[in-house]
Amino acid sequence: MKSTRITRRRSASSGARIKTIVAHVVLVCITLATLYPILQIVGISLRPADRLYSTSLRLIPEDATGHAYYSILFEKEFPLWLRNSAIVSGIVTLIGVFLAATAGYAFSRFKFVARKSGLYSLLIAQMFPATMLLLPLYVLMKGLQLLDSLGGLAIAYVVTALPFCVWTMKGYYDTIPKELEEAALIDGASYWRAFRTVVLPLAAPALAITAIFSFMAAWSEFMVARVIINTRTLYTLPLGLESLSSTFQTEWANYAAGSVLVSLPVVILFLFLNRYFVSGLTLGGVKQ
Amino acid sequence: MFLSRFTSDRRLFPYTLVLPTAIVMLIVVLYPLIYNFILAFKNMSMYHFQDSTFVGFRQFAEVFGQRELYWVFGKTVVWTVVNVFFHVTIGVTIALILNGRIYGGGIFRSLLILPWAVPQYISALTWKGMFNHEYGSVNLILMKVFHHAPIPWFSDATWAFVAPIITNVWLGFPFMMIVALGGLQSIPHELYEAADLDGAGALGKLRNVTIPLLRPILAPAVVLGTIWTFNNMNVIWLVTGGGLPADKTHILVTYIYKAAFTYYRYSYAAAFSVIVFFLLLGFVFASMRYFKITESAFE
Repeated sequence: MKSTRITRRRSASSGARIKTIVAHVVLVCITLATLYPILQIVGISLRPADRLYSTSLRLIPEDATGHAYYSILFEKEFPLWLRNSAIVSGIVTLIGVFLAATAGYAFSRFKFVARKSGLYSLLIAQMFPATMLLLPLYVLMKGLQLLDSLGGLAIAYVVTALPFCVWTMKGYYDTIPKELEEAALIDGASYWRAFRTVVLPLAAPALAITAIFSFMAAWSEFMVARVIINTRTLYTLPLGLESLSSTFQTEWANYAAGSVLVSLPVVILFLFLNRYFVSGLTLGGVKQ
Repeated sequence: MFLSRFTSDRRLFPYTLVLPTAIVMLIVVLYPLIYNFILAFKNMSMYHFQDSTFVGFRQFAEVFGQRELYWVFGKTVVWTVVNVFFHVTIGVTIALILNGRIYGGGIFRSLLILPWAVPQYISALTWKGMFNHEYGSVNLILMKVFHHAPIPWFSDATWAFVAPIITNVWLGFPFMMIVALGGLQSIPHELYEAADLDGAGALGKLRNVTIPLLRPILAPAVVLGTIWTFNNMNVIWLVTGGGLPADKTHILVTYIYKAAFTYYRYSYAAAFSVIVFFLLLGFVFASMRYFKITESAFE
């Protein structure tokens, strides 16, 4: 009697052990498959120029060289594209954060006409097929002579991340106790002052997420830029890298090196913020 | 001070706060939207840029009269359903594994989030290179490791449609993984202990505890993911180089994009956009009603 119980328990625990092993094996396989394209692009960026037609499956070539990095940084227009992207993304981030911070606060704290419809409109605005807005924007900018300008591109970008950012800010303000600014108001502060000096500093984490989101939206957008920008010197990073990748033979290593340079800061940022995503996304989405 | 009235009056202040956003949204969203509706009833194209006139429903008639609408719509549905299906199943599976006792769980989570972190156009272009017939690593692996004949990724219409789907599945599962992980971590442990006491097996716990409690968290993400996938131009456009071979690999948004910006058929594209807009709007309202997504936000 006693012995059967022991063996049963032992078999249960060895079953659990097998399950753990299987889970780890599956996880390692999925992770390797996931990482492969990323490792591949790093590997290509290290290839010497005469090895671009390689049919080898080695990830890191045996005669790895950093020449493509030198080439793209000092011989190509890459720094220019970087500058253009930084300007556009910078403008979009500043405007985006300002708009989301103020509008989100109103949606969180005040009852006013069009509050509900405003929140809905923002949500629906994010769902338009891009062509629906892009086409008229293109025709308009052609009329306003804003085509082929970084400013025109920034205007088109401002709203891409805005709906998400306003909703995120609203969700975050909702978690900050109202009593804090009520105390400031009793002390005679104006609404604006209470918002700016009491609430806004507390909302710093949400402001950071909003900033990153706006920046990323502009930093990695391709289709709108393709329509609005024509001149090669005004290319943003996506346009520039695309132009390199389309000539598969000659510029493939340069494209890869450029991609690594562009992705690296974003990847580091994501890894750094990783832990906040899990709580942040669910907090914004559903509250119980 | 004139301004101080707006910042000290309880009724005026919220409008002051919303005004800048409202103005921007009006200029960049509402105005183009109305413009697009008007454009849809005109005949603006490369030949009629300055002298376009109203032609009534002619553009709509043309869209509905063409076979294109139906096969592009069909492909869009396939594209969306297949992508979202794999995003959710892969994402939730990994989340379930990561939620168990895993050595280095944090490291795995960090690594698996990477497809989400790399800018989408870089991933798309990289995959396009990997699908290259002769030098792409996908075919090289097929030949060298699996001794399989190389696949003509971009000369065959079906494979050329499979390639961007593979790319987009790779791109999209981390988002669902993170959402599912957040959801799983919010499920109280006591519920599993209670299920243990009731003698529930692993499958029973999945069906009676995990899935019902994960559903409300996952549902908004799935609806959002569906809309993103439906409207995602970047991936399919970049991977197939704008519809290769012979415009056979389009979803609605890339088809319209090409009509507008490669063939300059502005009004035709506008009419097509309007149709897609109403399709999406119907989907959004139906799903919002069904899943009660925004309910909690208005409390």
